[in-house]
Amino acid sequence: MIRVLAVASTAAACILVLIVLFMLREAWPVLQRVGFLRFLSDPAWHPAEGLYGLTPMLAASLAIAAGAVLLAGPFGVASAVFVRFYAAAPLASAFRWALLLLAGLPSVVLGLWGLTVLVPMIGRIEPPGASLIAGVLVLALMILPTIALTTEAALDAMPGSYLRGAAALGLSRESTILGVILPAVKGSIMAGVLLSAARALGETVVLLMVTGNVVQLPASLFDPVRALTANIALEMAYAMGDHRAALFVSGLMVALLVLLFVLVSRRLGGGWSFNV
Amino acid sequence: MRKHFTAARLAMLFVALLPWTETVAQADEARLILTGSSTIAPLAAEIGKRFETLNPGIRIDVQSGGSSRGISDARSGIADIGMVSRAPNPGESDLKFFGVARDGVSIILHRDNAVASLTDAQITGIFKGNITDWKDVGGKAGRITVVNKAEGRSTLELFLNYFKFKNSEIKAQVVIGDNAQGIKTVAGNPGAIGYVSIGAAEFEAGQGTPIKLLPMSGVAPSVENVRNGSFPLSRPLNFVTKREPQGSARRFIDFARSKNVNELIKAEYFAPLAE
Repeated sequence: MIRVLAVASTAAACILVLIVLFMLREAWPVLQRVGFLRFLSDPAWHPAEGLYGLTPMLAASLAIAAGAVLLAGPFGVASAVFVRFYAAAPLASAFRWALLLLAGLPSVVLGLWGLTVLVPMIGRIEPPGASLIAGVLVLALMILPTIALTTEAALDAMPGSYLRGAAALGLSRESTILGVILPAVKGSIMAGVLLSAARALGETVVLLMVTGNVVQLPASLFDPVRALTANIALEMAYAMGDHRAALFVSGLMVALLVLLFVLVSRRLGGGWSFNV
Repeated sequence: MRKHFTAARLAMLFVALLPWTETVAQADEARLILTGSSTIAPLAAEIGKRFETLNPGIRIDVQSGGSSRGISDARSGIADIGMVSRAPNPGESDLKFFGVARDGVSIILHRDNAVASLTDAQITGIFKGNITDWKDVGGKAGRITVVNKAEGRSTLELFLNYFKFKNSEIKAQVVIGDNAQGIKTVAGNPGAIGYVSIGAAEFEAGQGTPIKLLPMSGVAPSVENVRNGSFPLSRPLNFVTKREPQGSARRFIDFARSKNVNELIKAEYFAPLAE
Protein backbone atom coordinates (compact mmCIF):
# COMPACT_ATOMS: atom_id res chain seq x y z
CA MET A 1 0.00 0.00 0.00
CA ILE A 2 2.71 2.40 1.05
CA ARG A 3 4.59 1.58 -2.12
CA VAL A 4 1.57 2.43 -4.26
CA LEU A 5 1.12 5.72 -2.45
CA ALA A 6 4.80 6.50 -2.78
CA VAL A 7 4.75 5.85 -6.53
CA ALA A 8 1.59 7.90 -7.01
CA SER A 9 2.83 10.86 -5.02
CA THR A 10 6.26 10.78 -6.61
CA ALA A 11 4.65 10.70 -10.05
CA ALA A 12 2.46 13.69 -9.18
CA ALA A 13 5.42 15.62 -7.81
CA CYS A 14 7.54 14.77 -10.85
CA ILE A 15 4.85 15.96 -13.24
CA LEU A 16 4.65 19.25 -11.36
CA VAL A 17 8.41 19.70 -11.50
CA LEU A 18 8.38 18.82 -15.20
CA ILE A 19 5.69 21.41 -15.87
CA VAL A 20 7.74 24.10 -14.16
CA LEU A 21 10.86 23.00 -16.05
CA PHE A 22 8.91 23.07 -19.29
CA MET A 23 7.72 26.62 -18.58
CA LEU A 24 11.29 27.63 -17.80
CA ARG A 25 12.53 26.10 -21.03
CA GLU A 26 9.86 27.85 -23.09
CA ALA A 27 10.52 31.17 -21.35
CA TRP A 28 14.30 30.83 -21.49
CA PRO A 29 15.01 32.38 -24.94
CA VAL A 30 13.34 35.66 -24.04
CA LEU A 31 14.65 35.66 -20.47
CA GLN A 32 18.15 35.34 -21.84
CA ARG A 33 17.79 37.94 -24.56
CA VAL A 34 15.68 40.50 -22.74
CA GLY A 35 16.52 39.75 -19.12
CA PHE A 36 14.10 39.26 -16.28
CA LEU A 37 14.29 42.84 -15.02
CA ARG A 38 12.88 44.31 -18.20
CA PHE A 39 9.68 42.37 -17.58
CA LEU A 40 9.28 44.52 -14.48
CA SER A 41 10.71 47.78 -15.80
CA ASP A 42 9.38 48.07 -19.38
CA PRO A 43 6.79 50.85 -19.60
CA ALA A 44 4.19 48.86 -21.56
CA TRP A 45 3.18 45.46 -22.87
CA HIS A 46 3.49 45.45 -26.65
CA PRO A 47 5.36 42.22 -27.38
CA ALA A 48 5.01 42.77 -31.13
CA GLU A 49 6.91 46.03 -30.67
CA GLY A 50 9.48 44.61 -28.24
CA LEU A 51 8.03 45.93 -24.97
CA TYR A 52 7.42 43.35 -22.25
CA GLY A 53 6.31 45.24 -19.11
CA LEU A 54 4.36 42.89 -16.85
CA THR A 55 4.21 45.17 -13.79
CA PRO A 56 0.70 46.57 -14.47
CA MET A 57 -0.63 43.02 -14.85
CA LEU A 58 1.19 41.86 -11.73
CA ALA A 59 -0.36 44.76 -9.83
CA ALA A 60 -3.79 44.00 -11.32
CA SER A 61 -3.58 40.32 -10.37
CA LEU A 62 -2.62 41.18 -6.81
CA ALA A 63 -5.25 43.93 -6.54
CA ILE A 64 -8.02 41.64 -7.76
CA ALA A 65 -6.98 38.83 -5.43
CA ALA A 66 -6.62 41.20 -2.48
CA GLY A 67 -9.98 42.83 -3.17
CA ALA A 68 -11.72 39.49 -3.51
CA VAL A 69 -10.19 38.23 -0.25
CA LEU A 70 -11.04 41.43 1.66
CA LEU A 71 -14.62 41.12 0.48
CA ALA A 72 -15.12 37.37 0.73
CA GLY A 73 -13.06 36.89 3.91
CA PRO A 74 -15.40 38.58 6.42
CA PHE A 75 -18.51 37.19 4.71
CA GLY A 76 -17.04 33.70 4.55
CA VAL A 77 -15.99 33.65 8.20
CA ALA A 78 -19.29 35.19 9.27
CA SER A 79 -21.31 32.61 7.36
CA ALA A 80 -19.25 29.78 8.90
CA VAL A 81 -19.86 31.15 12.40
CA PHE A 82 -23.54 31.56 11.57
CA VAL A 83 -23.88 28.00 10.33
CA ARG A 84 -21.94 26.57 13.27
CA PHE A 85 -23.35 28.55 16.21
CA TYR A 86 -26.56 30.36 15.26
CA ALA A 87 -28.50 28.65 12.49
CA ALA A 88 -31.13 26.02 13.29
CA ALA A 89 -30.19 22.60 11.95
CA PRO A 90 -32.36 22.62 8.77
CA LEU A 91 -31.30 26.15 7.90
CA ALA A 92 -27.64 25.33 8.52
CA SER A 93 -27.79 22.33 6.25
CA ALA A 94 -29.60 24.26 3.49
CA PHE A 95 -27.00 27.00 3.79
CA ARG A 96 -24.17 24.49 3.58
CA TRP A 97 -25.67 22.97 0.42
CA ALA A 98 -25.96 26.39 -1.14
CA LEU A 99 -22.28 27.01 -0.39
CA LEU A 100 -21.28 23.66 -1.87
CA LEU A 101 -23.31 24.42 -4.98
CA LEU A 102 -21.61 27.80 -5.32
CA ALA A 103 -18.23 26.15 -4.83
CA GLY A 104 -19.01 23.67 -7.61
CA LEU A 105 -20.24 26.24 -10.11
CA PRO A 106 -17.90 26.17 -13.13
CA SER A 107 -16.01 29.43 -13.31
CA VAL A 108 -16.98 29.95 -16.94
CA VAL A 109 -20.64 30.10 -15.89
CA LEU A 110 -19.86 32.77 -13.30
CA GLY A 111 -17.84 34.56 -15.95
CA LEU A 112 -20.71 34.51 -18.42
CA TRP A 113 -23.02 35.83 -15.74
CA GLY A 114 -20.49 38.54 -14.97
CA LEU A 115 -20.14 39.49 -18.63
CA THR A 116 -23.84 39.63 -19.45
CA VAL A 117 -25.35 40.83 -16.14
CA LEU A 118 -22.81 42.35 -13.77
CA VAL A 119 -20.64 44.23 -16.30
CA PRO A 120 -23.58 46.04 -17.98
CA MET A 121 -24.90 46.93 -14.48
CA ILE A 122 -21.57 48.46 -13.49
CA GLY A 123 -21.40 50.07 -16.94
CA ARG A 124 -24.55 52.05 -16.18
CA ILE A 125 -22.86 53.56 -13.13
CA GLU A 126 -19.45 54.12 -14.72
CA PRO A 127 -18.66 52.93 -18.26
CA PRO A 128 -17.21 50.70 -19.63
CA GLY A 129 -18.28 48.34 -16.82
CA ALA A 130 -15.61 45.76 -17.47
CA SER A 131 -13.31 46.75 -14.62
CA LEU A 132 -11.25 45.90 -11.58
CA ILE A 133 -14.37 46.00 -9.39
CA ALA A 134 -16.21 43.55 -11.67
CA GLY A 135 -13.30 41.11 -11.32
CA VAL A 136 -13.21 41.58 -7.54
CA LEU A 137 -16.96 40.97 -7.17
CA VAL A 138 -17.09 37.83 -9.30
CA LEU A 139 -13.95 36.37 -7.73
CA ALA A 140 -15.22 37.14 -4.23
CA LEU A 141 -18.30 35.11 -5.08
CA MET A 142 -16.06 32.30 -6.30
CA ILE A 143 -13.81 32.06 -3.24
CA LEU A 144 -16.44 32.78 -0.59
CA PRO A 145 -17.49 29.11 -0.33
CA THR A 146 -13.85 28.02 0.05
CA ILE A 147 -13.30 30.43 2.91
CA ALA A 148 -16.61 29.52 4.57
CA LEU A 149 -16.00 25.78 4.28
CA THR A 150 -12.36 25.88 5.52
CA THR A 151 -13.40 28.11 8.42
CA GLU A 152 -16.20 25.74 9.32
CA ALA A 153 -13.81 22.80 9.20
CA ALA A 154 -11.46 24.70 11.51
CA LEU A 155 -14.32 25.42 13.92
CA ASP A 156 -15.28 21.75 13.91
CA ALA A 157 -11.73 20.70 14.64
CA MET A 158 -11.49 22.95 17.68
CA PRO A 159 -11.25 21.04 20.99
CA GLY A 160 -14.59 20.91 22.84
CA SER A 161 -12.88 21.91 26.07
CA TYR A 162 -12.60 25.51 24.83
CA LEU A 163 -16.37 25.76 24.55
CA ARG A 164 -16.96 24.08 27.89
CA GLY A 165 -14.40 26.32 29.53
CA ALA A 166 -16.06 29.41 28.11
CA ALA A 167 -19.45 28.16 29.27
CA ALA A 168 -18.07 27.49 32.76
CA LEU A 169 -16.82 31.07 32.89
CA GLY A 170 -20.35 32.21 32.12
CA LEU A 171 -19.39 33.96 28.88
CA SER A 172 -22.16 34.98 26.50
CA ARG A 173 -22.28 33.41 23.05
CA GLU A 174 -20.93 36.61 21.44
CA SER A 175 -17.97 36.84 23.84
CA THR A 176 -17.26 33.13 23.44
CA ILE A 177 -17.10 33.48 19.64
CA LEU A 178 -15.17 36.75 19.55
CA GLY A 179 -12.92 36.19 22.58
CA VAL A 180 -12.27 32.44 22.57
CA ILE A 181 -13.18 30.66 19.38
CA LEU A 182 -12.03 33.01 16.64
CA PRO A 183 -8.64 33.70 18.29
CA ALA A 184 -8.17 29.95 18.72
CA VAL A 185 -8.70 29.14 15.04
CA LYS A 186 -7.21 32.37 13.67
CA GLY A 187 -4.28 30.57 12.07
CA SER A 188 -6.43 28.04 10.26
CA ILE A 189 -8.77 30.74 9.01
CA MET A 190 -5.85 32.75 7.68
CA ALA A 191 -4.49 29.65 5.97
CA GLY A 192 -7.83 29.05 4.28
CA VAL A 193 -8.03 32.68 3.23
CA LEU A 194 -4.56 32.60 1.72
CA LEU A 195 -5.28 29.36 -0.09
CA SER A 196 -8.34 30.94 -1.65
CA ALA A 197 -6.25 33.99 -2.50
CA ALA A 198 -3.90 31.66 -4.36
CA ARG A 199 -6.90 30.30 -6.22
CA ALA A 200 -8.02 33.84 -7.01
CA LEU A 201 -4.57 34.59 -8.42
CA GLY A 202 -4.72 31.58 -10.71
CA GLU A 203 -8.28 32.19 -11.91
CA THR A 204 -8.37 33.00 -15.61
CA VAL A 205 -11.57 32.63 -17.60
CA VAL A 206 -13.69 34.75 -15.30
CA LEU A 207 -11.20 37.60 -15.31
CA LEU A 208 -10.77 37.39 -19.07
CA MET A 209 -14.49 37.95 -19.40
CA VAL A 210 -15.15 40.73 -16.88
CA THR A 211 -12.05 42.85 -16.28
CA GLY A 212 -11.68 44.47 -19.70
CA ASN A 213 -8.08 43.26 -20.24
CA VAL A 214 -6.52 46.67 -20.78
CA VAL A 215 -2.90 46.64 -19.65
CA GLN A 216 -2.65 49.56 -17.22
CA LEU A 217 -2.17 50.41 -13.59
CA PRO A 218 -5.71 51.04 -12.34
CA ALA A 219 -6.37 54.53 -10.98
CA SER A 220 -9.82 53.62 -9.71
CA LEU A 221 -11.96 50.58 -9.06
CA PHE A 222 -13.84 51.24 -12.30
CA ASP A 223 -10.76 51.10 -14.52
CA PRO A 224 -10.32 48.06 -16.76
CA VAL A 225 -7.26 45.94 -15.95
CA ARG A 226 -5.61 42.79 -17.28
CA ALA A 227 -4.59 39.95 -14.99
CA LEU A 228 -1.43 37.92 -15.66
CA THR A 229 -3.46 34.77 -16.24
CA ALA A 230 -5.90 36.49 -18.59
CA ASN A 231 -2.91 37.76 -20.56
CA ILE A 232 -1.82 34.20 -21.26
CA ALA A 233 -5.29 33.03 -22.26
CA LEU A 234 -5.88 36.05 -24.49
CA GLU A 235 -2.70 35.92 -26.49
CA MET A 236 -1.30 32.39 -26.37
CA ALA A 237 -3.39 31.04 -29.24
CA TYR A 238 -1.70 33.28 -31.80
CA ALA A 239 1.62 34.09 -30.17
CA MET A 240 4.94 33.16 -31.74
CA GLY A 241 8.63 33.51 -30.96
CA ASP A 242 9.53 36.00 -28.24
CA HIS A 243 5.89 36.91 -27.71
CA ARG A 244 5.07 33.31 -26.86
CA ALA A 245 8.12 33.01 -24.61
CA ALA A 246 7.10 36.21 -22.82
CA LEU A 247 3.71 34.67 -22.09
CA PHE A 248 5.50 31.77 -20.42
CA VAL A 249 7.26 34.35 -18.26
CA SER A 250 3.81 35.59 -17.13
CA GLY A 251 2.98 31.98 -16.35
CA LEU A 252 6.12 31.57 -14.28
CA MET A 253 5.28 34.73 -12.40
CA VAL A 254 1.81 33.46 -11.50
CA ALA A 255 3.31 30.15 -10.39
CA LEU A 256 5.82 31.98 -8.21
CA LEU A 257 3.12 34.12 -6.58
CA VAL A 258 0.91 31.12 -5.89
CA LEU A 259 3.86 29.23 -4.41
CA LEU A 260 4.56 32.18 -2.14
CA PHE A 261 0.96 32.33 -0.96
CA VAL A 262 0.83 28.60 -0.29
CA LEU A 263 4.09 28.71 1.68
CA VAL A 264 2.84 31.59 3.83
CA SER A 265 -0.54 29.96 4.39
CA ARG A 266 1.19 26.75 5.42
CA ARG A 267 3.25 28.69 7.93
CA LEU A 268 0.19 30.36 9.38
CA GLY A 269 -1.85 27.18 9.51
CA GLY A 270 0.91 25.39 11.40
CA GLY A 271 1.24 22.75 8.72
CA TRP A 272 -1.84 21.09 7.25
CA SER A 273 -3.42 20.58 10.65
CA PHE A 274 -6.98 21.43 9.70
CA ASN A 275 -9.19 19.14 7.66
CA VAL A 276 -10.36 20.72 4.46
CA MET B 1 -4.14 24.26 -30.31
CA ARG B 2 -2.52 23.66 -33.63
CA LYS B 3 0.48 22.02 -32.09
CA HIS B 4 -1.68 19.64 -30.11
CA PHE B 5 -3.67 18.80 -33.12
CA THR B 6 -0.62 17.96 -35.20
CA ALA B 7 0.97 15.99 -32.37
CA ALA B 8 -2.18 13.93 -31.83
CA ARG B 9 -2.47 13.27 -35.52
CA LEU B 10 1.16 12.29 -35.76
CA ALA B 11 0.71 9.88 -32.87
CA MET B 12 -2.37 8.38 -34.48
CA LEU B 13 -0.59 8.07 -37.77
CA PHE B 14 2.38 6.46 -36.10
CA VAL B 15 0.18 3.83 -34.50
CA ALA B 16 -1.69 3.25 -37.74
CA LEU B 17 1.52 2.79 -39.68
CA LEU B 18 3.24 0.48 -37.21
CA PRO B 19 2.21 -2.77 -38.94
CA TRP B 20 2.79 -1.28 -42.38
CA THR B 21 6.31 0.03 -42.14
CA GLU B 22 6.97 -0.86 -45.75
CA THR B 23 4.33 1.65 -46.87
CA VAL B 24 5.90 4.54 -44.97
CA ALA B 25 7.96 5.65 -47.94
CA GLN B 26 4.86 5.74 -50.05
CA ALA B 27 2.91 7.69 -47.42
CA ASP B 28 5.73 10.20 -47.24
CA GLU B 29 5.45 10.78 -50.95
CA ALA B 30 1.80 11.70 -50.61
CA ARG B 31 2.40 14.27 -47.90
CA LEU B 32 1.46 17.88 -48.46
CA ILE B 33 3.02 20.53 -46.28
CA LEU B 34 1.22 23.85 -45.83
CA THR B 35 2.76 26.71 -43.88
CA GLY B 36 1.94 30.36 -43.41
CA SER B 37 -0.86 32.62 -42.21
CA SER B 38 -2.29 31.77 -38.80
CA THR B 39 -5.63 33.10 -40.08
CA ILE B 40 -5.85 30.43 -42.75
CA ALA B 41 -4.19 27.61 -40.80
CA PRO B 42 -7.30 26.51 -38.83
CA LEU B 43 -9.37 26.48 -42.03
CA ALA B 44 -6.67 24.63 -43.97
CA ALA B 45 -6.47 22.03 -41.21
CA GLU B 46 -10.23 21.46 -41.37
CA ILE B 47 -10.19 21.20 -45.16
CA GLY B 48 -7.15 18.93 -44.88
CA LYS B 49 -8.95 16.63 -42.48
CA ARG B 50 -11.83 16.22 -44.90
CA PHE B 51 -9.46 15.79 -47.84
CA GLU B 52 -7.60 13.03 -45.96
CA THR B 53 -10.78 11.03 -45.37
CA LEU B 54 -11.72 11.34 -49.03
CA ASN B 55 -8.18 10.49 -50.19
CA PRO B 56 -6.68 7.81 -47.97
CA GLY B 57 -2.91 7.75 -48.18
CA ILE B 58 -2.51 11.49 -48.48
CA ARG B 59 -1.42 13.41 -45.43
CA ILE B 60 -1.90 17.16 -45.01
CA ASP B 61 0.43 18.91 -42.55
CA VAL B 62 -0.53 22.44 -41.58
CA GLN B 63 1.83 24.77 -39.71
CA SER B 64 1.21 28.43 -38.98
CA GLY B 65 3.85 31.14 -38.85
CA GLY B 66 2.50 34.16 -40.66
CA SER B 67 1.90 35.13 -44.27
CA SER B 68 5.56 36.04 -44.86
CA ARG B 69 6.57 32.53 -43.87
CA GLY B 70 3.97 31.20 -46.32
CA ILE B 71 5.58 33.20 -49.11
CA SER B 72 9.17 32.27 -48.27
CA ASP B 73 8.42 28.58 -47.63
CA ALA B 74 6.53 28.25 -50.91
CA ARG B 75 9.35 29.98 -52.72
CA SER B 76 12.10 27.83 -51.17
CA GLY B 77 10.10 24.64 -51.56
CA ILE B 78 9.98 23.88 -47.81
CA ALA B 79 6.20 23.95 -48.13
CA ASP B 80 4.20 22.54 -51.03
CA ILE B 81 1.61 25.24 -50.47
CA GLY B 82 2.02 28.56 -48.68
CA MET B 83 -0.89 30.27 -46.92
CA VAL B 84 -1.04 34.03 -47.39
CA SER B 85 -3.81 36.22 -46.02
CA ARG B 86 -3.35 39.26 -48.26
CA ALA B 87 -3.29 40.18 -51.93
CA PRO B 88 -0.04 39.47 -53.81
CA ASN B 89 2.65 42.16 -53.53
CA PRO B 90 4.34 43.44 -56.71
CA GLY B 91 7.50 41.40 -56.03
CA GLU B 92 5.61 38.12 -55.86
CA SER B 93 4.68 37.61 -59.51
CA ASP B 94 6.93 34.51 -59.59
CA LEU B 95 4.37 32.70 -57.38
CA LYS B 96 0.93 31.35 -58.22
CA PHE B 97 -1.91 32.64 -56.02
CA PHE B 98 -5.15 30.70 -55.55
CA GLY B 99 -7.99 32.43 -53.68
CA VAL B 100 -9.72 30.13 -51.20
CA ALA B 101 -11.94 32.52 -49.28
CA ARG B 102 -12.18 36.13 -48.10
CA ASP B 103 -12.00 37.52 -44.60
CA GLY B 104 -13.91 40.66 -43.66
CA VAL B 105 -14.11 42.75 -40.50
CA SER B 106 -17.02 44.97 -39.56
CA ILE B 107 -17.22 47.80 -37.05
CA ILE B 108 -20.04 47.02 -34.65
CA LEU B 109 -22.06 49.26 -32.32
CA HIS B 110 -24.91 48.61 -29.90
CA ARG B 111 -28.26 48.48 -31.72
CA ASP B 112 -29.59 51.45 -29.69
CA ASN B 113 -26.71 53.70 -30.71
CA ALA B 114 -28.07 56.61 -32.80
CA VAL B 115 -24.95 56.72 -34.99
CA ALA B 116 -25.66 55.10 -38.37
CA SER B 117 -22.25 55.44 -40.01
CA LEU B 118 -18.74 56.69 -39.30
CA THR B 119 -16.05 57.95 -41.64
CA ASP B 120 -12.59 56.38 -41.58
CA ALA B 121 -11.26 59.57 -39.96
CA GLN B 122 -13.88 59.37 -37.20
CA ILE B 123 -13.07 55.72 -36.54
CA THR B 124 -9.37 56.57 -36.37
CA GLY B 125 -10.12 59.41 -33.94
CA ILE B 126 -12.22 57.16 -31.72
CA PHE B 127 -9.69 54.32 -31.57
CA LYS B 128 -6.78 56.71 -30.95
CA GLY B 129 -8.68 58.35 -28.09
CA ASN B 130 -9.06 61.80 -29.72
CA ILE B 131 -12.84 61.43 -29.86
CA THR B 132 -14.29 60.16 -26.58
CA ASP B 133 -17.95 61.17 -26.70
CA TRP B 134 -20.65 60.00 -29.09
CA LYS B 135 -22.02 63.56 -29.43
CA ASP B 136 -18.86 64.49 -31.36
CA VAL B 137 -19.74 62.07 -34.14
CA GLY B 138 -23.47 62.81 -34.34
CA GLY B 139 -24.79 60.52 -31.62
CA LYS B 140 -26.38 61.05 -28.22
CA ALA B 141 -24.01 62.32 -25.52
CA GLY B 142 -22.27 59.45 -23.77
CA ARG B 143 -18.79 58.12 -23.23
CA ILE B 144 -17.38 55.89 -25.96
CA THR B 145 -16.08 52.49 -24.92
CA VAL B 146 -13.42 51.29 -27.35
CA VAL B 147 -13.29 47.51 -27.64
CA ASN B 148 -10.01 46.27 -29.11
CA LYS B 149 -8.73 42.79 -29.95
CA ALA B 150 -5.84 41.10 -28.16
CA GLU B 151 -2.42 41.15 -29.75
CA GLY B 152 -1.85 38.46 -32.39
CA ARG B 153 -5.45 38.18 -33.63
CA SER B 154 -5.88 38.33 -37.38
CA THR B 155 -8.87 40.69 -37.12
CA LEU B 156 -6.61 43.14 -35.27
CA GLU B 157 -3.96 42.80 -37.97
CA LEU B 158 -6.48 43.50 -40.73
CA PHE B 159 -7.92 46.44 -38.79
CA LEU B 160 -4.47 47.97 -38.13
CA ASN B 161 -3.41 47.48 -41.75
CA TYR B 162 -6.50 49.19 -43.05
CA PHE B 163 -6.37 52.20 -40.72
CA LYS B 164 -2.56 52.38 -40.79
CA PHE B 165 -1.80 52.61 -37.11
CA LYS B 166 0.04 50.59 -34.51
CA ASN B 167 -1.65 48.66 -31.75
CA SER B 168 0.11 50.78 -29.13
CA GLU B 169 -1.67 53.87 -30.48
CA ILE B 170 -5.11 52.45 -29.73
CA LYS B 171 -6.64 53.71 -26.48
CA ALA B 172 -8.93 50.84 -25.61
CA GLN B 173 -11.24 50.49 -22.60
CA VAL B 174 -11.83 46.79 -23.16
CA VAL B 175 -9.60 44.20 -24.81
CA ILE B 176 -11.20 40.98 -25.95
CA GLY B 177 -10.15 37.65 -27.36
CA ASP B 178 -12.56 36.02 -29.78
CA ASN B 179 -15.44 37.38 -31.84
CA ALA B 180 -18.10 35.99 -29.51
CA GLN B 181 -16.68 37.86 -26.54
CA GLY B 182 -16.50 41.06 -28.59
CA ILE B 183 -20.11 40.75 -29.64
CA LYS B 184 -21.27 40.09 -26.06
CA THR B 185 -19.25 43.07 -24.79
CA VAL B 186 -20.78 45.45 -27.34
CA ALA B 187 -24.26 43.99 -26.84
CA GLY B 188 -23.97 44.72 -23.10
CA ASN B 189 -22.74 48.30 -23.44
CA PRO B 190 -24.74 50.94 -25.39
CA GLY B 191 -21.64 53.16 -25.69
CA ALA B 192 -19.31 50.52 -27.08
CA ILE B 193 -17.61 50.31 -30.46
CA GLY B 194 -15.72 47.23 -31.58
CA TYR B 195 -14.80 45.23 -34.63
CA VAL B 196 -15.28 41.52 -35.34
CA SER B 197 -15.41 39.11 -38.26
CA ILE B 198 -18.36 39.97 -40.47
CA GLY B 199 -19.56 36.36 -40.62
CA ALA B 200 -19.84 36.20 -36.84
CA ALA B 201 -21.46 39.65 -36.51
CA GLU B 202 -23.99 39.01 -39.27
CA PHE B 203 -24.96 35.71 -37.72
CA GLU B 204 -25.39 37.16 -34.20
CA ALA B 205 -27.32 40.22 -35.42
CA GLY B 206 -29.63 37.84 -37.30
CA GLN B 207 -30.19 35.93 -34.05
CA GLY B 208 -31.47 39.10 -32.39
CA THR B 209 -28.34 40.10 -30.47
CA PRO B 210 -28.57 43.91 -29.99
CA ILE B 211 -25.67 44.92 -32.21
CA LYS B 212 -25.49 46.65 -35.57
CA LEU B 213 -22.87 46.49 -38.28
CA LEU B 214 -21.63 49.77 -39.74
CA PRO B 215 -21.12 50.33 -43.47
CA MET B 216 -17.58 51.25 -44.52
CA SER B 217 -17.17 54.03 -47.09
CA GLY B 218 -20.82 53.52 -48.02
CA VAL B 219 -20.53 49.77 -48.67
CA ALA B 220 -22.97 47.65 -46.67
CA PRO B 221 -21.29 45.15 -44.33
CA SER B 222 -22.33 41.70 -45.50
CA VAL B 223 -20.68 38.39 -46.22
CA GLU B 224 -21.82 38.89 -49.82
CA ASN B 225 -19.87 42.17 -50.14
CA VAL B 226 -16.83 40.54 -48.58
CA ARG B 227 -17.12 37.71 -51.10
CA ASN B 228 -17.28 40.00 -54.12
CA GLY B 229 -14.44 42.12 -52.74
CA SER B 230 -16.34 45.42 -52.61
CA PHE B 231 -16.23 45.74 -48.81
CA PRO B 232 -13.12 47.80 -47.98
CA LEU B 233 -12.18 46.18 -44.67
CA SER B 234 -11.59 42.74 -46.16
CA ARG B 235 -8.77 40.66 -47.57
CA PRO B 236 -8.27 37.55 -49.68
CA LEU B 237 -7.10 34.28 -48.16
CA ASN B 238 -4.76 32.63 -50.63
CA PHE B 239 -2.93 29.40 -51.24
CA VAL B 240 0.41 30.04 -52.91
CA THR B 241 2.63 27.70 -54.92
CA LYS B 242 5.96 28.14 -56.67
CA ARG B 243 4.96 26.43 -59.93
CA GLU B 244 1.71 25.37 -61.47
CA PRO B 245 0.65 22.74 -58.90
CA GLN B 246 0.66 19.08 -59.90
CA GLY B 247 -0.76 15.82 -58.53
CA SER B 248 -2.05 15.85 -54.98
CA ALA B 249 -1.26 19.55 -54.47
CA ARG B 250 -3.41 20.37 -57.49
CA ARG B 251 -6.21 18.16 -56.22
CA PHE B 252 -6.05 19.67 -52.73
CA ILE B 253 -6.17 23.25 -54.04
CA ASP B 254 -9.08 22.41 -56.34
CA PHE B 255 -10.86 20.77 -53.42
CA ALA B 256 -10.29 23.81 -51.17
CA ARG B 257 -11.72 26.06 -53.88
CA SER B 258 -14.77 23.88 -54.54
CA LYS B 259 -18.13 24.40 -52.93
CA ASN B 260 -17.70 21.10 -51.07
CA VAL B 261 -15.90 23.04 -48.35
CA ASN B 262 -18.18 26.07 -48.19
CA GLU B 263 -19.62 25.13 -44.82
CA LEU B 264 -16.12 24.64 -43.41
CA ILE B 265 -15.26 28.15 -44.59
CA LYS B 266 -18.44 29.58 -43.10
CA ALA B 267 -17.73 27.82 -39.80
CA GLU B 268 -14.53 29.90 -39.55
CA TYR B 269 -16.59 33.06 -40.33
CA PHE B 270 -14.97 33.59 -43.72
CA ALA B 271 -16.76 34.20 -47.01
CA PRO B 272 -16.49 31.32 -49.50
CA LEU B 273 -15.70 32.17 -53.12
CA ALA B 274 -17.20 29.13 -54.86
CA GLU B 275 -20.87 29.42 -55.84
